Amino acid sequence: MMTVQQLFAQDNGVEMADSLRSNGKIYVVVICIVIILLGLLAYLFSIDKRLKKIEKESQTDK
Amino acid sequence: MNKTWWKILGSVLVIYTAIAGLLLGVPHLPILNETIRNLYFHVPMWFAMIVLFSISVFYSIKSLSTKSEIDDIKAVESVNAGIVFGILGLVTGAIWAKYTWGQFWSFDPKQNFAAISILLYFAYLILRNAIDEEQKRAKISAIYNIFAFPMMVVLLFVLPRLKDSLHPGNGGNPGFNSYDLDSRMRMVFYPACLGWILIGYWVYTIRFRLRSLENKQQHN
Repeated sequence: MMTVQQLFAQDNGVEMADSLRSNGKIYVVVICIVIILLGLLAYLFSIDKRLKKIEKESQTDK
Repeated sequence: MNKTWWKILGSVLVIYTAIAGLLLGVPHLPILNETIRNLYFHVPMWFAMIVLFSISVFYSIKSLSTKSEIDDIKAVESVNAGIVFGILGLVTGAIWAKYTWGQFWSFDPKQNFAAISILLYFAYLILRNAIDEEQKRAKISAIYNIFAFPMMVVLLFVLPRLKDSLHPGNGGNPGFNSYDLDSRMRMVFYPACLGWILIGYWVYTIRFRLRSLENKQQHN
């Protein structure tokens, strides 16, 4: 408890590398959403790639 | 369309929407508050759905004259992809409604008719599953689709306008377009629509390619 209070006491209005904490920390949410979208899109690309491979294989089979 | 550039374009636009949609300025309106940003995410779902259903009805008509199995598969798979976007549109709409209209489902005409139009397409898929013979299935479901598509358009864009509705653009309510979709919002809204349409189309092509591979295996 004491340490927590001390930590808050240190916050004396000095801005330090706080860009991710500005605007109610909305940037953190933006980063999360972008990571999720990037992950899903990369996943789509990899499915697409695998599909292309199988399509090529099935064409050479004939 | 077997190129990659439009897939990358769609991805970039969707990611741009997430960043710009949350960070750029929006009009300050009562009740809506920050939820006005939902416009960039909720509405493009419906646009993607409508584009996919349009593709479907196009191939349904085509399959009636060509009798080609490929056109029939294209029609089903675009409905399959479109329904996902429709459900996402309904769910996001319900959440948005909870915090602006007060209830998840207030039996607003737009909500009801949107749900009915999705049910129409569920019926399309069930109808297909009920018919075993391929030629017959293609023909009957194509004709059903040709009726379902204008019904969907009427349910989503005509009937809600004739009734009292809370939804913008309906029942005497002005759409976002007319008063507050200012130029800042257009900069995000249009790319969002294009981006999600491209992603929806991409999902449809993946489904179509998978299905045609499966078909090939069955015939071999």
